[in-house]
Amino acid sequence: MSYQGKKNIPKITSDRLLIKGGRIVNDDQSFYADIYMEDGLIKQLGDNLIVPGGVKTIEANGKMVIPGGIDIHTHFQMPYRGTTTVDDFSQGSKAALAGGTTMIVDHVIPDPGSSLIEAFEQWKQWADEKACCDYSLHVDITHWNDSVKQEVETLLKEKGVNSFQVYMAYKDLYQMSNSELYEVFSFLGEMGGVVQVHAENGEIIAEEQARMLQMGITGPEGHVLSRPEELEAEAVFRAITIASQTSCPLYVTKVMSKSAADIISQARKKGNVVFGEPISASLGTDGTHYWSKNWAKAASFVTSPPLSPDPTTPDYLNTLLASGDLTVTGSAHCTFSVAQKAIGKDDFTQIPEGINGVEERMALIWDKAVVTGKMDENTFVAVTSTNAAKILNLYPRKGRIAVGSDSDLVIWDADAVRTITAKTHNSAAEYNVFEGMEFRGGPLVVICQGKIVLEDGNLHVTSGTGRFIPCSPFPDFAYKRIKARKQLAVLRPVPRGMYDGPVSEFSPMSRGGTPSASARTSPTKQTPPVRNLHHSGFSLAGNPAQRGAPTTEETPIRPAGRRIVVPPGGRSNITSLS
Amino acid sequence: MEDGVIKQLGENLIVPGGVKIIEASGRMVIPGGIDVNTCLQKPYLGTQTVDDFFQGTKAALAGGTTMIIDHVSPQPGASLLQAFEKWHEAADKKSCCDYSFHVDIPHWHEGVKKELEILVQEKGVNSFQVYMAYKDLYQMTDTQLYEAFTFLKELGAVVLVHAENGDLIAQEQSKILGMGITGPEGHVLSRPEELESEAVFRAVTLGNRINCPIYITKVMSKSAADIVAQSRKKGSVVYGEPITASLATDGTHYWSKNWAKAAAFVMSPPLSPDPTTPDHLNTLLACGDLQTVGSSHCGYSTSQKAIGKDNFTLIPEGTNGVEERMSFVWDKAVAVGKMDENQFVAVTSTNAAKIFNLYPRKGRIAVGSDADIVIWDPDKMKTITAKTQQSAVEYNIFEGMECRGGPLVVISQGKIAFEGANLSMQQGAGHFIPRKPFPDYVYQRIKMRNKAMAMHGVSRGMYDGPVYDIPITQKYITPSPSAKTSPTKNQPPPIRNLHQSNFSLSGPQADDNVPRRSGHRIVAPPGGRSNITSLG
Repeated sequence: MSYQGKKNIPKITSDRLLIKGGRIVNDDQSFYADIYMEDGLIKQLGDNLIVPGGVKTIEANGKMVIPGGIDIHTHFQMPYRGTTTVDDFSQGSKAALAGGTTMIVDHVIPDPGSSLIEAFEQWKQWADEKACCDYSLHVDITHWNDSVKQEVETLLKEKGVNSFQVYMAYKDLYQMSNSELYEVFSFLGEMGGVVQVHAENGEIIAEEQARMLQMGITGPEGHVLSRPEELEAEAVFRAITIASQTSCPLYVTKVMSKSAADIISQARKKGNVVFGEPISASLGTDGTHYWSKNWAKAASFVTSPPLSPDPTTPDYLNTLLASGDLTVTGSAHCTFSVAQKAIGKDDFTQIPEGINGVEERMALIWDKAVVTGKMDENTFVAVTSTNAAKILNLYPRKGRIAVGSDSDLVIWDADAVRTITAKTHNSAAEYNVFEGMEFRGGPLVVICQGKIVLEDGNLHVTSGTGRFIPCSPFPDFAYKRIKARKQLAVLRPVPRGMYDGPVSEFSPMSRGGTPSASARTSPTKQTPPVRNLHHSGFSLAGNPAQRGAPTTEETPIRPAGRRIVVPPGGRSNITSLS
Repeated sequence: MEDGVIKQLGENLIVPGGVKIIEASGRMVIPGGIDVNTCLQKPYLGTQTVDDFFQGTKAALAGGTTMIIDHVSPQPGASLLQAFEKWHEAADKKSCCDYSFHVDIPHWHEGVKKELEILVQEKGVNSFQVYMAYKDLYQMTDTQLYEAFTFLKELGAVVLVHAENGDLIAQEQSKILGMGITGPEGHVLSRPEELESEAVFRAVTLGNRINCPIYITKVMSKSAADIVAQSRKKGSVVYGEPITASLATDGTHYWSKNWAKAAAFVMSPPLSPDPTTPDHLNTLLACGDLQTVGSSHCGYSTSQKAIGKDNFTLIPEGTNGVEERMSFVWDKAVAVGKMDENQFVAVTSTNAAKIFNLYPRKGRIAVGSDADIVIWDPDKMKTITAKTQQSAVEYNIFEGMECRGGPLVVISQGKIAFEGANLSMQQGAGHFIPRKPFPDYVYQRIKMRNKAMAMHGVSRGMYDGPVYDIPITQKYITPSPSAKTSPTKNQPPPIRNLHQSNFSLSGPQADDNVPRRSGHRIVAPPGGRSNITSLG
C-alpha cells in the first residue's frame, strides 16, 4: 500500500482509487489489468492508465480481484416475537464486508394480514439507518388477497422490488395452498417478478411435529426428525410443477438436501426455468449436530429446512453448484442468541430458526469448491456474485468488474487460512455453526462503494452508508426464455361442428356428483345450442380422415411450447427399449 | 378340476370317468386374468355406466379375465357400508365371474374410520382409494391424506391413490374455459402429465413418512411412471398400475374433429399426448417397475358423454379396456420381446393376487387354487372394433387396432365360459371373494421397517441458561411453524439439578465429537443414507 505523490499531503480524496497489478476475475474470463475508480464507479480498466495525481494506489501483486460478493439471502434485524435477531443491519453488514460480501439482499417479512408496503418501508428505514453496504430487499408474501396483489404490483413497479418469497411451510401462519401459489405464480409471471419459495410441505411437518412431541422428543433433534429432507424435495417438486404450469421463473431458497438439489437439477434438464440457492450452512456443515448433548449448540443449528443429517450433503451440493445446476448462494444469516433460542428449550417447535453464515460464505465456497478442484475461479465469481446480480436485474452494475460498474471489489487471497470461531467472528451470536473449521481463501482488501473497508485485517465501516439498490422487473436471466415460450404456447381449441347427437338426461350437479372435477367452474347447465347444419362435422360413423393422430391441420393445436417439456420424439430415456 | 378348484396337477393323472377333456395341444395354460380396476356401476349425475356388472364381466371373460376388482364409489357424505352393500348386491345378481371390491373414500372424517374398520374386519375389503384430485368433491388435503394413510396402515389395508393435483387442475380448467376451449382437448390441456407426476411424488413422500404402502391407480404418463420407478429404487413400497388405455393408445385423439370420438377418450388422469408413452409404460411393466394392469373400464355411452358437449369438465370420465387388456399386454410387451410369458402372467394376474391378498387362491395354477384358467393362443389375430366387442358403448378407443394374442378357452370357476368364439356364461354366477388385511407381499417389509424406525430423543441435562422472555402478545409470530402444536409457551422453569446438568455456555463439550446416540444410526446412519431412504 503506497500513496502516490507527496507523503505530506494527508488529505486524500478517498473517492479515487487505483488497483495496480491485479488479475481481474469475472464470471466469464480472467485477465490482468489495473482498475481506476472514482465516485464509487469503475472509470477505467486497462494497462498504463492515465490517472490524476494523488490517487491512492493499492498494489495487488498479481492477486485476484473479484467483484464483491452478493449475499442474496439475509435476515438482519428480523423481528421475532417482540425481540429481534442479534445481528442488526450494522452488525450484519459489517460481518458481510469482513467476509468479502459488498451487497446483501434482505427479506422483508410482513406479518400475515398487514401491509406489504408498510413492512417494506419499515425494513428500508432500518437498513438506511444502519447498513454499511449496499442492499436490496425481497418481500415475503405471507398471505394472499386482492389488496396484497395491488401492493405487489406497486412494489414491483415503483419500489424497486423484483423478488417475492412465498411459503409452502409454516402451516396456519405463512403457508399457502396450491391454489394460492398458482395465483401468485401466475400474477408474478405476468408482472416480471421472480418467485422465491420456501419449499417444505407444511402440512406433513405439522403432523410429524405433533407425532414427535407425542413421542416425548422435545430437543433440537426433533426439529430435523419432523422435517425430513423428503418433505423438502416434495415441495420443490410441487413448486416446479406449479411454476411450469404458470410460466413463471422459480427460485428455490435454501436448498438444504441432496434430494431437493436433485429435483432442481432434473427439472433444469427438462427445461424448467428454476434456480436453486444453497446456503453457507448447507455447503459447509451438516445436521449431525442436532444430536449434540449440548442443547445450546444443537439449538444453534436449528433452521428450516434443516441441515441434512447425511454428512455427504455439503460435498454433493458443492458439486452441483460447480456444475451450474445450483445457481446462487446466500447465507440465510439469521442469528439468535442462546437465550432467544432457549424459548424452545422444552419444545423444539418453539426454537427460533436461523443460523449464521454471511461472513463465512465466500471463504467457505472457495475452500469447499475451488480448492478441491470442483470449481474454477470464474464460476466462483458467478455463484457468489454475478448470478445473483443477474437474477436481481442489477447486472452489470453489480457482479462484474467493468467500466461503469459500481466499485465493489475484493482482492482475494487464495492462500489465506483462517479458523472460524465465535470468539473472533463479527456476528453478535454466541455460537458459530462452523466453529473450529479451517477455511483456505479469504479477502485481503474489500472495497465497497469505492472505499476501502477492509485492509490489513482492519475493518473501517460506517453505519448508514449503504444505499438501497432498486431492482427492476423482467430480469433477462430469468425471463428471456419465459417470454419466448409464452409466444409459442398459445392454446387453441379444435374447430368442430357442434355435437348434435342425443344427450342423456342428467340431474344437475348437486352434492352427489361423481368425477367431474370442476362442477364449480361452470355450474350453469347451458342451453342446447342451435344446430348449424353447415358447420356440423359430427358423424357417428367417423370419418377416417379425421381419425388417428392429429393431421397437419391439427398439429399446431397442440401447444408448441410444451414440446420443450415433452419433445416430439419422446423424452430421451435410457429405459425405452425401442 | 372339480368343484371349481384345481385338484390334481401332473402327468397321467387318474381321473374319474366321464370327465370333459380339453385338448390344449401344447398351448399355454395360464391363470385367469385379474382386472384390478373396473368401475362397472359408477354413477354420474343421476346416470350410470352402460356397462353394468353383467355386461362388464361378460367382456372380461371374453378377454381372458376371470376376476375383477371393482371400485365402490360412495357419494361424499354417504355411508361407505351402505354403498358397499349396494354394489355387493348388484354384483351378486349380475356378475358372471368372481369379483372383489375396492372402496373409495370420498370424504375423510371421524365417522369414516369406524366404517373402514368394519369393512376391513368383517366385509373382506382390504383396499381403499383416496383422491388427490376432484377439488371440492373427493379431494383430500395433505393433512387428511396423512391421517387416512396412518389409519389405513394400522388396519393393514392397501391405499390406492388417484394421483393428480386437483387444486392446479381447477385453476387450469377455469383458465382454459376462459380461453374459449370447451372441447375434449381442454380435458388434457387442463390436466397435463406434470400434475399427475407431482401428485405421485407427493403420495410417495407421504407413504414414506408414514411407512405405508402406496398403490398408484391409473399410471397414464411417462413422468408419473418414472417417479414410481425412481421411488422403488430408493426403497419405497409403492406399486404402479398402468391401464389398458395407457399401454395401448395415446392422447392425440383428444384433438379429433369428431367430438364423440374425442370424448370417448376422456378419462382422468388423461391419456398423454406423447405418442411414445405406451411403449415406455410397457417397458417399465416388463422390467417390474410397474406391477399390475387394470383396465379402469368405465363405459359411458356417447349420449352420456354428451352431457359435457359444451364444457369438457362435465364429460363423464371413463374408457373401455376390460376385454382388450390381456391381449394388448401380450401384443405390446410379449410379442415385441420386452416381456416373457411368466412376467405376462405376473402383471396380468399374479401380482394383483399378491397385492390384494388373493394369492395363491387366484393368480396361480396349483393344486387347491381356484379353477380360473385360460388357454392362451399367442398367434390369434384380432382387429378391435366396437362392432364386435362385448361392451355396450358405441366407441372403442382401440378401434381398428390389430392385436396379436388372445384366449382360446376361458374357464371360470371350473366352467368353460368361452371357447372358440362362443361365450357361455351365467348371470349372477360370480362370487364375492373376501380379502384379508395385511397382505404379505405388501406388508412384510412395512412391518420390519416399523420396528427399525423407532426414534429416540437425546438425553440431555436440562437447559438452565437464560431464556428470553416472550411477551404474551402473539402479534409478532415469525417463523415458528407450529405455535399450534403446543400453545403453552411459558412453562415454569424447571428446578436445576446440579448433578445432571451438563449445559455450559463456554466452549466445546467433551461429547461434541459424539453427536448422535447409537439409536439414531438407523434413521440417519453416519455413512449417509443407505439406499432404503424410506427407513429415515
